[in-house]
Amino acid sequence: MIWDTLMAHSPALVIIIPLLAAFGTPLIGRAGKKYMYTWILCALALTELMTIVMLYHVFTNGTAIYVMGANPYNLAIPPDSHGIPVRIILTVDAFSSFMAFTASTVALAGGIYSIACEHEQTGQEKYYALLLLMLVGMLGMVLTGDLFNFFVFLEINSLASAALVAYHVDKGVATEAGFKYAIISAIGALMFLFAIGILYGEYDALNMAMIGSRMQFTNLDKIAMALITVTMAMKAGAIPMHYWVPDGYGKAPGAISAMLVTASQASLYGLFRMSFTVFGISANHVTLGWFIIILGVLSMFVGVTMALIQHDIKRLMAYHAISQTGYMLLGVGVGLATLGTAAFNQYGLAAMEGGIFHIINHAMYKGLLFLTAGAIIYRVGTSDLNKMGGLGHTMKYTSIFFIIGALSIAGIPPFNGFASKLMIYESVYQFQPVLSIIAMIVSILTLASFVKVFHSAFMGPKIHNVKEVPRSMLIGMAILTFFIILFGLFPNIALHYLVKPAAEALASPMGYLSRVLGGGP
Amino acid sequence: MMLLNLPYITVAILIAMGIYAMVYKRNLIKIVIGLSIVESAVNLFLVSLGYRRGGIAPIYTSAPSTYMVLPTPQALTLTSIVIGVATTAMLLSFCMVIYRNYGTLDSRKIRRLRE
Amino acid sequence: MMSKIVRTQASFLYTFILIFGFYIVAHGHLTPGGGFQGGAVIATGIALIAVAFNFSNVKRWIKKTHLTAAEGIGLLTFLITALIGIGTSFFYNWLANSGLIFGQRVSYGVNPGYLNTAGTLPVMNLAVGIEVFGGLGVIILYMLNYVKEVRNDAS
Repeated sequence: MIWDTLMAHSPALVIIIPLLAAFGTPLIGRAGKKYMYTWILCALALTELMTIVMLYHVFTNGTAIYVMGANPYNLAIPPDSHGIPVRIILTVDAFSSFMAFTASTVALAGGIYSIACEHEQTGQEKYYALLLLMLVGMLGMVLTGDLFNFFVFLEINSLASAALVAYHVDKGVATEAGFKYAIISAIGALMFLFAIGILYGEYDALNMAMIGSRMQFTNLDKIAMALITVTMAMKAGAIPMHYWVPDGYGKAPGAISAMLVTASQASLYGLFRMSFTVFGISANHVTLGWFIIILGVLSMFVGVTMALIQHDIKRLMAYHAISQTGYMLLGVGVGLATLGTAAFNQYGLAAMEGGIFHIINHAMYKGLLFLTAGAIIYRVGTSDLNKMGGLGHTMKYTSIFFIIGALSIAGIPPFNGFASKLMIYESVYQFQPVLSIIAMIVSILTLASFVKVFHSAFMGPKIHNVKEVPRSMLIGMAILTFFIILFGLFPNIALHYLVKPAAEALASPMGYLSRVLGGGP
Repeated sequence: MMLLNLPYITVAILIAMGIYAMVYKRNLIKIVIGLSIVESAVNLFLVSLGYRRGGIAPIYTSAPSTYMVLPTPQALTLTSIVIGVATTAMLLSFCMVIYRNYGTLDSRKIRRLRE
Repeated sequence: MMSKIVRTQASFLYTFILIFGFYIVAHGHLTPGGGFQGGAVIATGIALIAVAFNFSNVKRWIKKTHLTAAEGIGLLTFLITALIGIGTSFFYNWLANSGLIFGQRVSYGVNPGYLNTAGTLPVMNLAVGIEVFGGLGVIILYMLNYVKEVRNDAS
């Protein structure tokens, strides 16, 4: 009984717990740091638990809906509303719960990591409140089924992230990065709001399912689609709109860089959700799919070539993040381009699975790499690769974690990057061999770049007399490493429970629409 | 008929002005002002979407006729204004921190990130 | 510090600004307005005091920590009010038509509106009012703080 209630209310609880914890943090912070850390860790762990409950709920019972303030909680369309869903609704299908799981896992690792890493900073209660709010933004973006609510959570996410990027003022340099990020995300969000206005004016609805089912695909819709696609691609860091990524990721504190990866992926979720569910029913799949593929290939290739010449460790990793985002865009783009044809079942679905599997893998290994970079900066005090060296002598665990992350991002077999990249190569090769070959070349260049980083940071004579980082930072990194090895050795677990349902849910927008519009309980 | 489109024309002009200010102005505060202008334009767009000729404020208990303007876009605008206040406040405080550290607000001179 | 006329006017007007802001907050469910607008009006009172009087005095009168606490308490009140309804669903209006405070039935037909209706909405408006007052107050105080510091550096 309690278990059923918990499962039914899990979509709301996933958002409530971090929200409540975030608002409580400044008050608890007065009682003392110890209480605050306990409070934060409990909140993050509870969020993770609730996400797993929600994952289980969606896996067993299919798409879940939760209507704010309705009686009962899953009454999407009140009887006296003429068939229009009027309330704010959370629509959780397998793809949403998959993204929520990714976000909350990285946030848990980042929260544990921060306790030691930000130990000497002032204003910690604000840092943790913002960290939790950033998590709320990401979770809300992936769970909501309402366009305007998506905008609100997007803004919560952007504001919290921008403030956190500027958290280490760093003689104003971090503030400069934060300013850039805030301006970019604010203008992007306003364009998104403009698109929402266009869609609302046409279809009298803000519910994604409702708009999707009424979609006519007129010229105005094309404008709205262009605005939404470009905004979301910009927030995800795809190549022509990537200029904020190296600054933002490079200047943020270590844990926040890792969480910014998942924040970008929440925007990626928005891009996929809009293209498949809202515009997918009537839009020209092939054009939209090719647009996403081209964005992906550009991001892959330009990102990795820019990364090769960097000498700042976090900027380098940021360019790799752009490059890896390209794989996800490529995989899902191929799925979108072939949607509805015979080729979809042949290789399109596999490409989508590869792209979606790459999302969680990327969050884990790129998060781990950013955490190791944060650990290096924490001990050495510089992010310049030319001034590092010989860290492997003393920072043994950190270097092991770095090796695992680097091998995984390069797609070397026992780790999770290999599993998703192989799926993308195989399926994309059947679609268009050239794209697959580009993807492989990018993978080789990634390996080359990380060999360089490993060599200049960890190998060589001992220059810095440093100790291993504190235990809580190691625990944060170990959590992500656990998932990397788990998904690398047993990719079938992730594929069966997480990825396959997600890809199928994304590929069948009709199921999503009918779950919301098909009537009440 | 032309008169009914006037709000939308204003929206277009305001967005163009805001984007112009954000792209061509060098002072960070002016960039923030440009952003605020774009935001006002989007808010105006939302409010004018919900406008019906002759409609009154959507308060049920004091409505003599049945013809009201749409309440939803007004709620959206309100939320958007609140978010805009938060964004502007944050950007301005960034400006203050930058000014304290760099001694200038000229975006051509604020380039330590690239070094 | 401004002249005596301004200071007298400011201390006189301050009460009215508070009352007007509270009126907007309390009538949020009946008239245009609500928590955010009312809270913003109240916060302008702080701005008025800060402009009219010497800033170091104002810092002693209005503590940032108190305003931050007001912000947190307002947000928590809002969220807990919403959370109590989770027996049915999150944000469920559990006070409406219950006969308790704010729980009167809304009467049909044209009427001026009664304060004692609408359930959780006025409670949430009050919570948001407290939160916005705290938040905007903190922003005003922090910004004035910076102005002061820069001026000291220049001289």
